[in-house]
Amino acid sequence: MALLDVENLGVTFATNDGTVTAVNGVSFSLGRGETLGIVGESGSGKSQLSFAIMGLLAKNGRATGSVRFKDQEILNAAPSVINALRAVHISMVFQDPMTSLNPYMRVSDQMAEILTHHQGLSKADALKACVRMLDAVKIPDAKGRIRLYPHEFSGGMRQRVMIAMALLCRPDLLIADEPTTALDVTVQAQIMALLRELQAEFGMATILITHDLGVIAGFCRDVMVLYGGKVMETAPVDPLFESPSHPYTRGLINAIPRVDTQGETLVTIPGTPPNMLRAPKGCPFAPRCAYAAEDCDDHLAPLTTFAPGRLRACNRSLEDLA
Amino acid sequence: MFSFIARRLLVAVPTLLVLIVISAVLMHAAPGGPFNSERKLSAEVLANLQAKYGLDQPLYVQIWTYIRDLVLHFDFGPSFKYKDRTVNDIISQGFPVTLVYGFWSFVIATILGIGAGVIAAIRQNTPTDYLVLTVAIIGAVLPGYVIAPILVLVFTLKLGWLPGGGWEDGEWRYLVLPVIALSTGYIASIARLMRSSMLETLNSNFVRTARAKGLPEWKVITRHVMKPALLPILSYLGPVFVGMITGSVVIDMYFSTGGIGKSFVDSALNRDYSVMLGVTLLVGALTIVFNLIVDVLYAFIDPKIRY
Amino acid sequence: MVTAKLRAGDLSRITDMAEVKGRSLWADARKRFMRNKAAVASLLVLIIITLFSLSGEAIAPWTNEEIDFNVIGSADTEGMPSFASGHYFGTDDLGRDLFARSAQGTRVSLMVGFVGTFIAVLVGTVYGAVSGYVGGRTDAIMMRIVDILSAIPYMFVLILLLVMFGRSMFMIFVGIGLLSWLGMARIVRGQTLSLKHKEYIEAAQASGVSSWKIILRHILPNLLGVVAVYTTLLIPDMIMAESFISFLGLGVQEPLTSLGALISEGSKAIVQGSLWQLYFPLAFFTVTLYAFYFVGDGLRDALDPKDR
Repeated sequence: MALLDVENLGVTFATNDGTVTAVNGVSFSLGRGETLGIVGESGSGKSQLSFAIMGLLAKNGRATGSVRFKDQEILNAAPSVINALRAVHISMVFQDPMTSLNPYMRVSDQMAEILTHHQGLSKADALKACVRMLDAVKIPDAKGRIRLYPHEFSGGMRQRVMIAMALLCRPDLLIADEPTTALDVTVQAQIMALLRELQAEFGMATILITHDLGVIAGFCRDVMVLYGGKVMETAPVDPLFESPSHPYTRGLINAIPRVDTQGETLVTIPGTPPNMLRAPKGCPFAPRCAYAAEDCDDHLAPLTTFAPGRLRACNRSLEDLA
Repeated sequence: MFSFIARRLLVAVPTLLVLIVISAVLMHAAPGGPFNSERKLSAEVLANLQAKYGLDQPLYVQIWTYIRDLVLHFDFGPSFKYKDRTVNDIISQGFPVTLVYGFWSFVIATILGIGAGVIAAIRQNTPTDYLVLTVAIIGAVLPGYVIAPILVLVFTLKLGWLPGGGWEDGEWRYLVLPVIALSTGYIASIARLMRSSMLETLNSNFVRTARAKGLPEWKVITRHVMKPALLPILSYLGPVFVGMITGSVVIDMYFSTGGIGKSFVDSALNRDYSVMLGVTLLVGALTIVFNLIVDVLYAFIDPKIRY
Repeated sequence: MVTAKLRAGDLSRITDMAEVKGRSLWADARKRFMRNKAAVASLLVLIIITLFSLSGEAIAPWTNEEIDFNVIGSADTEGMPSFASGHYFGTDDLGRDLFARSAQGTRVSLMVGFVGTFIAVLVGTVYGAVSGYVGGRTDAIMMRIVDILSAIPYMFVLILLLVMFGRSMFMIFVGIGLLSWLGMARIVRGQTLSLKHKEYIEAAQASGVSSWKIILRHILPNLLGVVAVYTTLLIPDMIMAESFISFLGLGVQEPLTSLGALISEGSKAIVQGSLWQLYFPLAFFTVTLYAFYFVGDGLRDALDPKDR
């Protein structure tokens, strides 16, 4: 049985300008201890996807479809149901640690409340556990630092605090939403290394959401490529990089600047991301696709498996793209 | 924290001194003196009086004397109008009155305002929210001197439930209408401010994190939302304080409660400048002290301010 | 940076996608403002009221000073609003037409509101922008001065000044305006501080643009939003302050009148039963203030939209 089963997930937002479709029929499943990377540009719906799973959508957001966690339907579940799962079984690490930590509370209080609330620990015991976890994420002098406020930590350390907070109850699933985007490149590498270590040690399933293919390469076993709210391709990491099966993935990989070749020009994918006010009927990538034909605007072939562990959603066959 | 308070005090003291100096200068710049009115006094009597009140001294000496008496003895000097009374007499008569109904108005405005704002924010876009907003909008624009006559019309003349004025040593029945008149506007503005502040805090990223921790909504609100949401209210309390003292002028006029507002207005009509200045100085000093308290409370809540 | 040529595919399909026209920030704001029905309605109401204040006296059959001798002495019975007598809003105790006086009162109140606000905005914006932009010790000193001045209970001082030096329109304008620039100065300074560090200011400085030019051409236009919102909230405050003074009997002198003075007279008269003396000026007063608040709220939402 899969740990997480997402089926035809859709997320829409009611705005003054109309209904925005952020996620348009996404399906995937995740087993225990597996690592999945979700890659997409800004506006591809990747963050909203994770918010929908956690029940953290904004007030004007609506989620449809099905999300089953350990065979229990949790999409749009009642607060008592979802609150029992949050932090205990499913944890989330957010993108910007500066604004995601409460600036008015000491780190010790923010962390300890998870344990006192969910596990009924005493304040003293909870604090001890928190210090241990801060040590695990390599915060120097955790015991002395834990009573500080978030603004007294550096960016990288704040993110470590968030990760520590997320892992306090040893959740089954960790969702990391662009955990390194707001950090310096060197700090990025450190945080990713930390996540790798923790994942190996605690064995939780992990969903890593990012726009950076490089981050995916070093961490995930499988990758899901999102565009315009739809899944374009799913594959294990190495085959995805070696032989991408979708025009969009190809475009992404080609766009990575390389130092080992002698090219003069940088490759980009022409055009701009779609306007999600008018959810495209067919393939959202069609307007920018070099291989698009007339039928691509009207309908998109469903996500189908064409090789073990590899799925693609494209009207053109693999031979057409050669 | 202590250095923060010390620093704030260090700023408050010169501010107070500046106020005092300005008052002293204004006092002696004002046209007409204590004795230039009514009857013509003989030159001798005039000279004696002037000597007694030190008015024959050069200006800077007079100003210095005023400041010295004020700071060392809290002596605001003699009234310009009432020969046998000092400013201190006049003020100390009215001050307790203003203190009592001002205190109650402040407490009620704060509690009801914050409460209404919180409820409206939690139940955003529901009928409860719209009700609070409507009442807030109505109250925001009706100043005390408009509400007061309406209150008297309804509760005293038509219904006969409450007295339309007087004080009787602060018996509760005489407090009701003045407190309602004074606090209504502020209940409205505090409620609006609290509502928008809470909504903004509720939408912030760290509240999302708090929810992601699986905390029930009431814990999210009490532990994570309330303190930051109260910060703008705290800053606003300074102006509320000053506004209430100003408003008390009207309350005193309307309900004949006899607080320092009345002393001020009477002295304005009488050209009794020393009383006017005394009241102004007192209010200014109270404002400075109050703002200091507000600043300290703010620093308690917001750790970034404490430098 | 040169992009690689398209291998296949239709360029025009891409340019079709570019139909989402770029909108300037102001056009965006205006669109959001227009969508706010309360704000737009309030704007219309304000325009109507302003027209009334300017033309009311011309329309009315009576002037604001004329005393109707039929009414004087028995205003509560004879002075009721009616079309027949030409007193559309009724009369006051002295038999003066309330319609004409309301028009005049509204005009005076609006003038005080606008002129006072204008002074406060002018002084406050320049002071705050300079203080924020120059920064350092100058900023610290300038703001310290603002702090000290803020501790002065301004209503009391204003009354003091009015009593000492006489009541005149000039005194009222200047007094109210000068005592209210402090708030504007603080807000503008805060905004300038955050603007100062934006990259386009750095770019201008690197290009050798003089400080004054930077303040005028880059900082001030970007302050417009914040200033506009605060201005619409200042005007009602001014009107309220003036009406407070008038209520105390220290405002504009007869035969000039303001809404505050009219309300003051009216509230004294209701005990005798001539309620219209209070209702009409009160109605204009409250409607005008609400309208300003709604417009201010609308502006604030339009220029800085957040989920309300």
